[in-house]
Amino acid sequence: MRKIFFSLLTITFALSVQAQKSIEKSVIEVDGVCGMCKARIEKTSFKIKGVKSASWSTDTHQLTLIYDTSKASLDSIQKQIARVGHNTPLFKAPDEAYEALPMCCKYKTVEDH
Amino acid sequence: MRRLLFLLTTFLFFVPGFAQEAIKGKVTTVENGVEASLEGVNIYWLETTVGTISKTDGSFEIEKVDLPASLVFQYLGFETDTLLVSSNEFIAHQMRPTIAEELDEVIVSKTKASIQKTYFKPRNVVTISSDELLKAACCNLSESFETNPAVDVNFSDAITGTKQIKMLGLASPYLLITQENIPMVRGASQAYGLTYTPGPWVESIQVTKGAGSVTNGFESITGQINTELFKPLVSEKRYLNLYRALDGRNELNLRLNSVLSDRWSAGLFLHANNRRQENDRNDDGFLDNPTGDQINVLGRLQYTNAQSGWVGFLTLRYLDEQRQGGEMGTQAPNELRTNPLWRSDMNTNRFDISLKTGYVFPLRTYQSFGLQLAYSDHDQVADFGQRNYHINHDSFYGNLLFNSIFGNTLNTFKTGITAAYDKFDELVDSNTYSRVDRSAGLFFEYTYNDIDTWSLVLGGRLDKHNRLGTFFTPRVNVRYTPWQGSALRFSAGQGRKASNIFAENQSLFFTGRTISIDSNQGQFYGLGPERATNYGVSFLQSFNLFTNQGDFTIDFYRTDFIDQVVVDWETVGLLRFYNLEGDSFSENLQLELNYELSENLSLRSAYKTYRVETDFGSGRLTRPLTPRDRFFANLDFKTTANDKGAQWRFDLTHHYIGSQRLPANSRDGVSAEADGYALWNSQLTHAFSSSFEVYLGAENLTNFKQQDPIIASDDPFGSNFDASIIYAPIFGRMIYSGLRWTSKK
Repeated sequence: MRKIFFSLLTITFALSVQAQKSIEKSVIEVDGVCGMCKARIEKTSFKIKGVKSASWSTDTHQLTLIYDTSKASLDSIQKQIARVGHNTPLFKAPDEAYEALPMCCKYKTVEDH
Repeated sequence: MRRLLFLLTTFLFFVPGFAQEAIKGKVTTVENGVEASLEGVNIYWLETTVGTISKTDGSFEIEKVDLPASLVFQYLGFETDTLLVSSNEFIAHQMRPTIAEELDEVIVSKTKASIQKTYFKPRNVVTISSDELLKAACCNLSESFETNPAVDVNFSDAITGTKQIKMLGLASPYLLITQENIPMVRGASQAYGLTYTPGPWVESIQVTKGAGSVTNGFESITGQINTELFKPLVSEKRYLNLYRALDGRNELNLRLNSVLSDRWSAGLFLHANNRRQENDRNDDGFLDNPTGDQINVLGRLQYTNAQSGWVGFLTLRYLDEQRQGGEMGTQAPNELRTNPLWRSDMNTNRFDISLKTGYVFPLRTYQSFGLQLAYSDHDQVADFGQRNYHINHDSFYGNLLFNSIFGNTLNTFKTGITAAYDKFDELVDSNTYSRVDRSAGLFFEYTYNDIDTWSLVLGGRLDKHNRLGTFFTPRVNVRYTPWQGSALRFSAGQGRKASNIFAENQSLFFTGRTISIDSNQGQFYGLGPERATNYGVSFLQSFNLFTNQGDFTIDFYRTDFIDQVVVDWETVGLLRFYNLEGDSFSENLQLELNYELSENLSLRSAYKTYRVETDFGSGRLTRPLTPRDRFFANLDFKTTANDKGAQWRFDLTHHYIGSQRLPANSRDGVSAEADGYALWNSQLTHAFSSSFEVYLGAENLTNFKQQDPIIASDDPFGSNFDASIIYAPIFGRMIYSGLRWTSKK
């Protein structure tokens, strides 16, 4: 019984050390304007397996990501966000995706500073 | 088995650390023409999971991948760069700050509203900030809701001077009242506990209507009121408030905060109030408000360690209060004076200690542990005429909580265990009652939030209680946003509690009524516990009209009692307690409209209607002293503050309290009604700077008074005497003034 207990404890510990190592936090700037952008950016991030937390600020335009690097990469996340219309540091949004955004999300025309 | 395990463990430990060839480099930037190294730059291979972070001196080492490959350099406030790397050479890279205009300071002209409604949280929560509390005359927690429609404040009785509160038509025992999420106003402190938290100590109040969280226990039925006190680390270093009212009440509030080191900070809060002046404006020989004093001291230590993720609070509080009321004594006109005099004397001592610790996992900030431990000792000794009531309540509360996610933060959960111990010793006239309540419970609450359209909270707890047995408490909250700027909410839940019949109904002691408990062999004073279901819907819509913002809310809640201890005032000269047979419910419909008339002027208004009925022994009746309608409006005007913070603030509050049924009494008979009436309050504040301000105000401007509030005041020891039937102010117009001084240093 005791053996099983300690074995389980060791496995748990080992797994958590392993899991801990692959968790990464990144902050990237993503272009956007409003609450609708926030929902779109965050939802897109959450669709990627391995993304634990995604939070975009309408004030600073910063997207704070916590993700499992063994399942998701910052690249793949940025690529997906660009694909739905929002520029990221690495990827520009395709014109047709940008055109499809609702009026209030047109960050290229909005002077928000 | 053991060998396998060893192998497995070794495998897990060593796989990620496999020796690999590495590429070295250094990241720098140019700062005022000088080259400077950059620490903490994210460096990774494009399209891979291989990455590193630069050290203090800007140096880095990154595992080599198949070359050529793109290496990304990323740092907040700098332009992200991608380099094509084709050899193992040392990489010296210089990064450029992002264009300055993006970093320019943004001045946000929108000021934060002092009452905030949530659009995205699943629960119907209204947050009241400390700014809002300044609008009330002088405030302790029970008085702080007078400028807010979520909670109804009743009028203080002449004997104790305490204002009781109600939510959704039901009195405060059906609410869970917590301080920093630790249950606070309950048991012995149920009747007067709200007056033990001075308003100037309060940073904010969260009022949740309807079913709340299961994490703090099974007791809440109609909602939850949580107060957050000022935190030593972030609040002003020194604060002083002095207050004086023409009814003779003086108050002193002091807050001292100090940051001791980078991890420890401490706070000392002091409150003192007194009233020596005896008032009898209605010439009935009885004081209109009690005399007495209160000393209330709180000390707290705050620990914050951002690196390790540990946070903690240790809070100690001591309270000592005396209140005297009743007949005027020697000052009373001779023809009114009775022999002996009817006097009341109430002494309360309370000690609280609580320890809160929390641990947030590094990196995984969505995962945390919390432990709350609290102990309180409450002692109240009171004489009301020839009656006496003494209660001592020792309480221990422990709650261990774990927060985490399923997959991602759209799916979060809270789980944990609660333990509670309550020991009551009561002396009621010549009867003693003692009991110990013990409970332990397990809770789990799951939250789904899809960010913009809807969210859901499913919670439940399983408790084992030495008197209530083993039972399950379910709660659910749903929020749906059909279009932008709106929120449709639904909540349902159950709660149960022991009824502390004497502590919760202390006004019975200032009557000549005979007390009768119709025992059914229950666990509490021979009576059964209370249990109710609450459910409701709420719709919130924001709007823009003539470029100004506003919001509109409509909500409906119903509480259905399954078990209840009925307090029956329906027979002259008698007060009966018995378990409910039949139905008992409360329905509340509320319409609320808030609108910013201009940048400096805003309006809040609400109409509420109640249907609160109970099957008494004599048939179904509306609960006594419960107005059917209430209307509230508040107009708030402030001038734009200059750069020193100098400003004028003015506010005017109107309350209409509709007709209400009175309990049976010898003067008014069995089914008397009190007419509706209106009240006006106003306050004017002048801030000389952001650190010093003075204020002058008036409550009850039109001097409305309840005529002859005390029934049979000429025979206070007779069975017809009743000082508990209070439905309007007794004292009349009350003028007050005060000052506030704050220092950030």
